[in-house]
Amino acid sequence: MVERKSASLAEAYSQALVELGERDPTVVALDADTSGARAGAAFEKRFPDRFWDLGMMESTLMTIASGLALGGRTVYASTIAVFAAGAAYDAVRQSVCYNRANVKIVATHGGLLVGGDGATRQMLEDIALMRSLPGMTVIVPGDAPTARTAVLDIASFDGPAYVRLTRENLPVLTDGTFTLGHAAQLREGSDLTIVAIGAMLARALDVAEELHQAGVEARVLDFASIKPADEKTLIQAARDTGAILTMEEHNVLTGLGTLVASATATTQPVPVRQVGVPDLFGESGDPWKLLDHYGLSQKHALDEAWGLLKLRGKVS
Amino acid sequence: MSESGVPPATVAELQTAARQIRQDVIRMTYHAGSGHPGGNLSVADLITALVFHELRLDPEHPDWPDRDRLVLSKGHAAPALYSALAHRGFFDPSSLLTLREIGSPLQGIVDRRKLPGVEASTGGPGQGLGMAVGIALDARLAKRPSRVYAIVGDGECESGLTWEALLAGGRYGLDNLVVFVDRNDPDPDRGTGNRMGLEPLADKLRAFRYDTLEIDGHQFPAIFEGLARARATKGRPSAIIARTVKGKGVSFMENQDAWHARPPNREEAERALAELGGRP
Repeated sequence: MVERKSASLAEAYSQALVELGERDPTVVALDADTSGARAGAAFEKRFPDRFWDLGMMESTLMTIASGLALGGRTVYASTIAVFAAGAAYDAVRQSVCYNRANVKIVATHGGLLVGGDGATRQMLEDIALMRSLPGMTVIVPGDAPTARTAVLDIASFDGPAYVRLTRENLPVLTDGTFTLGHAAQLREGSDLTIVAIGAMLARALDVAEELHQAGVEARVLDFASIKPADEKTLIQAARDTGAILTMEEHNVLTGLGTLVASATATTQPVPVRQVGVPDLFGESGDPWKLLDHYGLSQKHALDEAWGLLKLRGKVS
Repeated sequence: MSESGVPPATVAELQTAARQIRQDVIRMTYHAGSGHPGGNLSVADLITALVFHELRLDPEHPDWPDRDRLVLSKGHAAPALYSALAHRGFFDPSSLLTLREIGSPLQGIVDRRKLPGVEASTGGPGQGLGMAVGIALDARLAKRPSRVYAIVGDGECESGLTWEALLAGGRYGLDNLVVFVDRNDPDPDRGTGNRMGLEPLADKLRAFRYDTLEIDGHQFPAIFEGLARARATKGRPSAIIARTVKGKGVSFMENQDAWHARPPNREEAERALAELGGRP
């Protein structure tokens, strides 16, 4: 495995938010506090008049954010993913999306990597919920530089967005050149495509490196921009490589894998295999061991990659 | 001048306007074949008082930043609000009968993106009130003179989101916010808004740091006294519990919960309009 330095996505958000606040006086921020998980603390310190901590009012976080936005403000609202997309879903749907309010939801603690708290705090369905909302932009950054760019970029349009962050520090993989609606190619290859998001992006690169050692070249796409989705790049990858492996820390029934499969099926159908959380809730455990336990290990991904290569007759 | 400072002639004009709104509610819900006559008729006087007298609005410039805001958290009182906005000059009253038709800006529940004058798209209990709190926070931060009026239903007061929003409004001391509760539930035991033991509602609102009073929600002088007191209240929001009659103005609908979400048929609409002094 390649040695890389790691960085916190929540910290990247926190710094980017202060930067936005300096740049634009109409930017305000709200948190629904979850004991120490607050991402807006630095912003609050710098701009106390433009920050509100709404305690444990997850839905009202969204309704108040919407009201603030209707007057022309850019509103960043943050809480943990299971509250932001789950507890507050109907308020996100109606007060934010249906009102087309300029609210940027930054959800910390997405996925299994929450670890010890277990299933009720491990959000594995948020991509499905948020992507289904008309007008919602959905981003799942794979590292801190991408999180920073994404948080800054979404201020540039008037409308709702959902950004899913991870509690654990993640390896720094990019220089943060994120473009909404564009899948960045992190590695060239023509034997297979691996499409990954969030914490799985580093594992995707590691799988590609292992395949390279064995003489197989895998293309790796960073699909942080879930919606709008870069279907063109997916179809091109399907055409060029003939098989796609997807890697996500989300329920496989309704996440990245199904997005990739349906995007390619209409014009360039190729076998798509998914590495992700089976249709299950999580449980308590060491965060990174949990990924392995639920089938998101590098080894399992490698097995699936070989399976696809065999299916396509690229190896015997 | 009455005690509320509103001249009797104005009160008479408002009564005429409210009667017009009630007639429109009957026509619109009959024509649409669905809707909520009971809760529209109960709130017609409040909406009239706000849209025709209290609110600083400019129908020519519905987005005027310094305007006052009316957030209809009980979004199903849409027909009453539409009628008021149309007769106030926001749009042509001839479109009122398109209520609930495909393509009409007159959605069954108010939609801010489709109709000028509507401030928030509501529907989910307590969400409109939360948006009103956000709008009031924004106005205060921007030092705009805008005042924010939210109308919530008493059924909606069973929702936790209503109390979250109330808690926030009280915590932030939003004296530019007035929360009207359309207290129209006819059934003290099992009705919407009563089955969970809402009373004593005024005590609850006071405990949430609201300057609270209860008024007869069909008496314009009482409504304006409440509004004047709210304007004079500093450092905390106001709550006005408007005791109203569900189905007010139509004898066979008054205090009948059956008319919550059932439109009149042709014969019923004609009888109702005759009582309201309108033509079918």
